[in-house]
Amino acid sequence: MSSSTTPADLEAGPRRDAKGEPPGRLKLGGLSINIRQSGIYIAFALIVVLFSVLTDGALLQPQNISNIVVQNSYILILAIGMILIIIAGHIDLSVGSVVAVTGAVAAVLMVNYGVPWPLALLITLVVGGLIGAWQGYWIAYFGIPSFIVTLAGMLLFRALTLTVLGNQGIGPFPDAVRTLSNGFTDSYLGNVGLGPLGGADVFSLLIGLIAIAGMAAAQWRTRAARAGYGQSVDPLPVFVLKIAAAAVLIMAVVVQLARFRNLPWVLVLLALLVLGYSLLANRSVFGRRIYAVGGNLQAAVLSGIKVKSVVFWIFVNMGVLASIAGIIFAGRLNQAGPTAGNSFELDAIAAAFIGGAAVQGGVGKVVGAITGGLIMGVINNGMSLIGSPSERVMLVKGIVLLAAVAFDVWTKRRAGAGAR
Amino acid sequence: MTDDILHMRGITKTFPGVRALHEVSLSVRRGEIHAICGENGAGKSTLMKVLSGVYPFGSYEGRIEFDGELCRFGGIKDSEDAGIVIIHQELALCPQLSIAENIFLGNERAGRGLIDWNRTNHQAGELLRRVGLEENPVTQVADIGVGKQQLVEIAKALSKKVKLLILDEPTAALNDQDSAHLLDLLRGLRDEGITCVIISHKLNEIIDIADSITIIRDGQTIETLEMASGQVTEDRIISGMVGRDLDHRFPPHEPNVGEEVLRVEDWTVHSPSQPDRQVVSRASLMLRRGEIVGLAGLMGAGRTELAMSLFGRTYGVGISGRVYKEGREVHIRNVQDAVKLGIAYATEDRKRYGLNLIEDIKRNISSVSLGRLSRNGWVNENEEYRVADGFRRSMNIKAPSVQSVVGKLSGGNQQKVVLSKWIYTDPDVLILDEPTRGIDVGAKYEIYTIINQLADEGKAVLVISSELPELLGLCDRIYTLSQGRITGELPREEATQERLMYHMTMGQE
Repeated sequence: MSSSTTPADLEAGPRRDAKGEPPGRLKLGGLSINIRQSGIYIAFALIVVLFSVLTDGALLQPQNISNIVVQNSYILILAIGMILIIIAGHIDLSVGSVVAVTGAVAAVLMVNYGVPWPLALLITLVVGGLIGAWQGYWIAYFGIPSFIVTLAGMLLFRALTLTVLGNQGIGPFPDAVRTLSNGFTDSYLGNVGLGPLGGADVFSLLIGLIAIAGMAAAQWRTRAARAGYGQSVDPLPVFVLKIAAAAVLIMAVVVQLARFRNLPWVLVLLALLVLGYSLLANRSVFGRRIYAVGGNLQAAVLSGIKVKSVVFWIFVNMGVLASIAGIIFAGRLNQAGPTAGNSFELDAIAAAFIGGAAVQGGVGKVVGAITGGLIMGVINNGMSLIGSPSERVMLVKGIVLLAAVAFDVWTKRRAGAGAR
Repeated sequence: MTDDILHMRGITKTFPGVRALHEVSLSVRRGEIHAICGENGAGKSTLMKVLSGVYPFGSYEGRIEFDGELCRFGGIKDSEDAGIVIIHQELALCPQLSIAENIFLGNERAGRGLIDWNRTNHQAGELLRRVGLEENPVTQVADIGVGKQQLVEIAKALSKKVKLLILDEPTAALNDQDSAHLLDLLRGLRDEGITCVIISHKLNEIIDIADSITIIRDGQTIETLEMASGQVTEDRIISGMVGRDLDHRFPPHEPNVGEEVLRVEDWTVHSPSQPDRQVVSRASLMLRRGEIVGLAGLMGAGRTELAMSLFGRTYGVGISGRVYKEGREVHIRNVQDAVKLGIAYATEDRKRYGLNLIEDIKRNISSVSLGRLSRNGWVNENEEYRVADGFRRSMNIKAPSVQSVVGKLSGGNQQKVVLSKWIYTDPDVLILDEPTRGIDVGAKYEIYTIINQLADEGKAVLVISSELPELLGLCDRIYTLSQGRITGELPREEATQERLMYHMTMGQE
């Protein structure tokens, strides 16, 4: 027993192969894939392929891709806020009602009081933030479980919506707001012929190329910096392959959109939000603290993390994002209605869990939640294209949610059985 | 031959990497009170868990004969059916239910699926009279004190036709009066023919009540003493508990003690669940640069409570006293204050309080010090990786990379991650609570070496440990804590296990 190698250390040995790969990884040539993390993207790809076949390619038609983006944008925006809350180990049931009340506030300001739209939007965002602060206060500082506070919020803010609207829809919205929710970028640079694919908008294609160039440059810089610090990085061919695959995917979507009516403005907004919040979650101090709080609350407290403040601010953030979703939803319908946002909270929560969030908190990714939301969007859209009745769509969505979480629990149990 | 109710022979129980019990034997006579003594971690509780079926038949080696029959308990239910009831240190009562409901929990007085409340409360009343508890059976358990709750547990055991009653530290949380009542009750039960096995650190009580004592040390039976001989003293028990061999389990260290860094005066802490009970009473201590100071105390003495209340008031209510850092009085209101003042606390329960088990090594190490690793709120991940990898090498954390998930590491390596996390905050004072708990001998040696290095760098280290040999081998000075009070302060040269144990078991007058 004088050796410094302990039995427990040795025990870890047989579970790893010669290259030190942890279990749960799939080796494909030079690529190693973490099944648990990548499962969601593989599932998304399979679902897209499935519905492309079932709909004879209608799913991937230019107009339909545009529809999927626009129809799901507000859920995806909510899912971004929701994933942060779920990572911290909380839940928000009120977002549907907050969507309604903020949409109503925006409508009353712009339609009834004639407030200029930029100011009205700003006020609406502030209102969203205040609603989040209200709920965050009760949850973080008063110590009421988020389930209860936001369940109460669901009723409170629905009631407030009905009061503000006087039980009727208010509209129409100014053109600028409608363009944000429903419109497309202009053909600033005209069209270009793409051979058999027909004409496409040059500006949209350019934006797509710029996005790809930016992504490649950022990835390259990260890789170079890591290599500079002596960390292991993907071999160059694998790295190039991954970038190329991502580029092809982005361009495929952009080309289709450019062939239809250019880029939807909400897609631009959504892309910026996803980028910003992914960075926030992964690279910012605040993002790290969210994971720490959800991963082990007591350890976070004993590490000097201001847990209450973190929880408070993620709810403020959720309120602001819900108000953005509220504006977009109202703008898309061109009126703020009393039933707006009904059951949006459930779609946003489902998106987060399908996207790999853990029920206990501490785990989840912004991109995962977006993918989860898109999976449901594609199922919705694909099934309606093949003429399935709505009860069957609901059935399938329920099964997908259960299966996704079951898969997560199953992989975790297998990983747990390996460890002590 | 004497009439033995219980024979445990050759019991060996191993956990991954640790042998908790090795060929332990225990014989208990029918109708006696049999005490089991040993240091924390000697294996007493493990032995009782084997006996009560918490560790089912087949998960250990050896044989258990109870009442003349070979036992193959698959769980607690089986052992209870045989007449063995264990009352754990942490009481297993539902505070929101009534006394009567608790007594018959899982054993309800019912007919045709419906609970017969008259019978329940009537029988509960009879049992309460037997244990001498004057309470209405419909009173909520939350409304009675810990001492009375202990009696409810015993009443519950009596309701199950108990033949062998096992009590794990029954008086640890009780005041003197309640303890005395409990001990009287046990004598009464013995006279009714119920055999008792009692685990306790309070040696005076054991001498008072036990008919025989079995001493366990390092997972082995050392000896069984008969009290009838009249020659058993506390010192005799202590020398059996601690043994005498202190081999070369500790790296050599030449202390270089400097200025005072931290001084605590009259530190008093009350229990959050019982705000009138003092968990720490007017404790005063002092730490110097380069010095490794030990804090010895038995379970429940208030060691962790003292440490956590100092570390940003993370435990306790009604805290009073003064803290001086480098001679200047400071007020530490939260963990952030403590970290800023250069105080670090590595918890005794690293899985629950120390680590984010689902995150990787580098994010655990950086979690307290993200401010140092970031600019304008953005983390420099490459720097983070470099820092963490540096610790992985210098602390010899055995993992493929710093991106390995902490939950999959062994106990020793997890502890190194906790230490790295706190060392990276560059503290002046490190409080290490049970730094080698659940760690193998080899890894322990490494942790000791790290602690010595920290002292050599001029840090003050306070080591809390249940293992006296560890404190004697590591520390330059040792405080003893008993029932919340500092009862002794011994320099290394004067400290022996016997003397420490004497101070640690010192009662309050």
